[in-house]
Amino acid sequence: MIAAFFDNIPAMILLTGVLVGVSAALLGTFLVLRGSAMLTDAISHSIVFGIIVVWLLTRQVAGPVQVIGAALAGVLTVVLSEALARSRLVKMDAAIGLVFPALFAAGVILISLYARNVHIDVDTVLLGEIAFVWLHTVTLGGVRVPVALLTLSVVLVVNLAFVLLLWKELKLAVFDPGLAAALGFAPGLLFYALLTLTSVTAVASFDAVGAILFIAFVIVPPASAFLLTRRLDHMLLIAVALAVLSCVSGYVLAVYWDVSIGGMMASMTGVFFTLALLLAPQQGLVAQWLRRREQRLDNDCMALVAHVFSHQDSPQRGVENTTQALIEHLGWPEQRAQAVILRGLDRGLIRRDDGLLWLSAKGLAMAREIFEPWARAENSL
Amino acid sequence: MSGLIELLNSSIVQTVALGAAILGIVSGTLGAFAVLRQQSLLGDTLSHAALPGVCLGFLIAGTRDMGSILFGAFVSGALAAVLVLVIVRHTRLKTDAALGIVLSVFFAVGVVLLTLIQGQGGAARLDLATFLFGQAAAILRSDLWIMGGVTLVALALVTALWKEFKLVTFDPDYAYTLGLRVGVLDVLLTVMVALAIVVGLQLVGVVLMVAMLIAPAAAARQWVTSLGGMVLLSAVFGVVAGVGGALISATARGLSTGPVVVLVASALVLVSILLAPGRGLLWQWWFAWRQQQGLQAQRVLLSVHAISLAHDDPAYSAGQGMLDALHHVPTRRALSKLHAQGLIRPVAHAPETTPHWELTPAGHAEAEAVLRRLQREDHR
Repeated sequence: MIAAFFDNIPAMILLTGVLVGVSAALLGTFLVLRGSAMLTDAISHSIVFGIIVVWLLTRQVAGPVQVIGAALAGVLTVVLSEALARSRLVKMDAAIGLVFPALFAAGVILISLYARNVHIDVDTVLLGEIAFVWLHTVTLGGVRVPVALLTLSVVLVVNLAFVLLLWKELKLAVFDPGLAAALGFAPGLLFYALLTLTSVTAVASFDAVGAILFIAFVIVPPASAFLLTRRLDHMLLIAVALAVLSCVSGYVLAVYWDVSIGGMMASMTGVFFTLALLLAPQQGLVAQWLRRREQRLDNDCMALVAHVFSHQDSPQRGVENTTQALIEHLGWPEQRAQAVILRGLDRGLIRRDDGLLWLSAKGLAMAREIFEPWARAENSL
Repeated sequence: MSGLIELLNSSIVQTVALGAAILGIVSGTLGAFAVLRQQSLLGDTLSHAALPGVCLGFLIAGTRDMGSILFGAFVSGALAAVLVLVIVRHTRLKTDAALGIVLSVFFAVGVVLLTLIQGQGGAARLDLATFLFGQAAAILRSDLWIMGGVTLVALALVTALWKEFKLVTFDPDYAYTLGLRVGVLDVLLTVMVALAIVVGLQLVGVVLMVAMLIAPAAAARQWVTSLGGMVLLSAVFGVVAGVGGALISATARGLSTGPVVVLVASALVLVSILLAPGRGLLWQWWFAWRQQQGLQAQRVLLSVHAISLAHDDPAYSAGQGMLDALHHVPTRRALSKLHAQGLIRPVAHAPETTPHWELTPAGHAEAEAVLRRLQREDHR
């Protein structure tokens, strides 16, 4: 039964993707909130350098030595970038952009000089091949288990423990690093621990999804979740859910279209982000647009009421209190004028009589409110 | 030497070197603006985002037609730039998150399209490595015309809008009050980065392109303080890195041009950061060391002065051992410096054998001048 599960190739591929997605989303939540998302980009490129250096030193392409050694290269990138930025000779963004391409280029050259015939291949490091994870297995208690699956499970457990045990500290360090430092929670140290784990996760994930697609799993689901909620715990849960959803839907579509599985999974994170960007209930672009339109209609209604009020007792009301006057004197396009009048009628602010616009009692009250806002304060005294 | 001449006579090497020089000019120029506007990593996002455009250009043209591939790269790079701006402007997400999202998702779509193309098979296969790391040897003379044309467009824009770009780079608020269309100029400067990426695509590839934008500009920034100087020097550094890298990679078999060019550019940055006159790290360390020495000497001078005042004896001499104990650090270097300046002189103090030091009249005058200066600063 268990053996059958681990021999089931689609299940293995899917499980690998989910493990990568969940591990990455756990850390990504805090990286996105802290504004360090692009450090993931730098780390994931630099581990190429780490992988080849570790291979040159130990001739190992898998296992704990390789994971930790290569992960150190990721941390080294961050340390070097921050040191460079601290010299104030270049800004932080340029420092990041100077360090990781240099390490990456050095890695690529080392690979082409010394590791041509080994199975370290830059394409694989960058893109991974999740469809092949089941080829590389170890026997564990009589069951053949893919190595990547085993490594990723350990990484997931470590990440989960890190986030759950240090929840309070992480939360404080992300939202108020000053207070965290004052309370002795060492936000700097915590941040380096977070980046080290990111680096470790990147190394563990690279043969499944590759270094660049890994970035998508770290940043995109947490960023989508960020648009959907304002609570940290909800954000983390939504990010994890979106990561799982992206893996499953990405796998199905990739098989259907016969394209890269890792690529499709990462693309699906983008699809969910786009949906969140457009449709998020509070912060989505559609909601923002509707809110703006609503506000404009409200403002127009007030302008209409003010206009009718200032003319309805004057001799010019025959000219002024008509739709035509709104178009010509207020400079509204006809469509907008009609929409505002309809809104005014709907709300019972105005009524039509003899082809002219008149204020209702409610409209009159609103006009007083606009022209004499102090009157209400006096009345209520 | 003859090897180098032979190398330069090779038509492929000439093409590559010329292409690298063109790339150096355009990426150096546009990179200077990107670095000053703190948008260095935008280049990384736009170059990764060019991948789906490359694939779409290939899919639509049906062949490996450089024109349509580069046009596709430009369009998807520009689209990515606009998306980053939309996300930053309309959500609470920070810039770096927007950059990361667009980078990784566009790249993922590119990977998907790439497998789609490879699935189709056929002779006109699109080799991934070509665009990830560039494949300088595959550059044709005809490609140089496209690269040169794109570069001319970018340079013409920079020249025509020099004043505007300068103002938007350093003081966008002021530019806005002058009635400049800051938003449009912003988009223009951002989208132009995509032009540089198009030029570099074949030579260094999408992954390393960011270094060609940042490194020459960051190196140039260390040596000059004017925008004009920085842009010129940055272009020069770009050319040096491009041509130097191309020649080095041509001498060794199996070295891709892209990574070598990037390493040369990084070396230029390292040298600049260490050596740039008055600003480089070595200079900073040297200044700090000299200042520390000067301060140490001043403190020793003041303590000898204070001791002589306390004893009401201008010629009172202090032993080095006592001064060491007083200052918790060896004072030998400070004493010899003061001696060389003629502010103190050694006196023998029998029966002790170690030298004692007393202030010369000049030393007393100097100590009083320092005290007066410190007092004035206190009052302020």
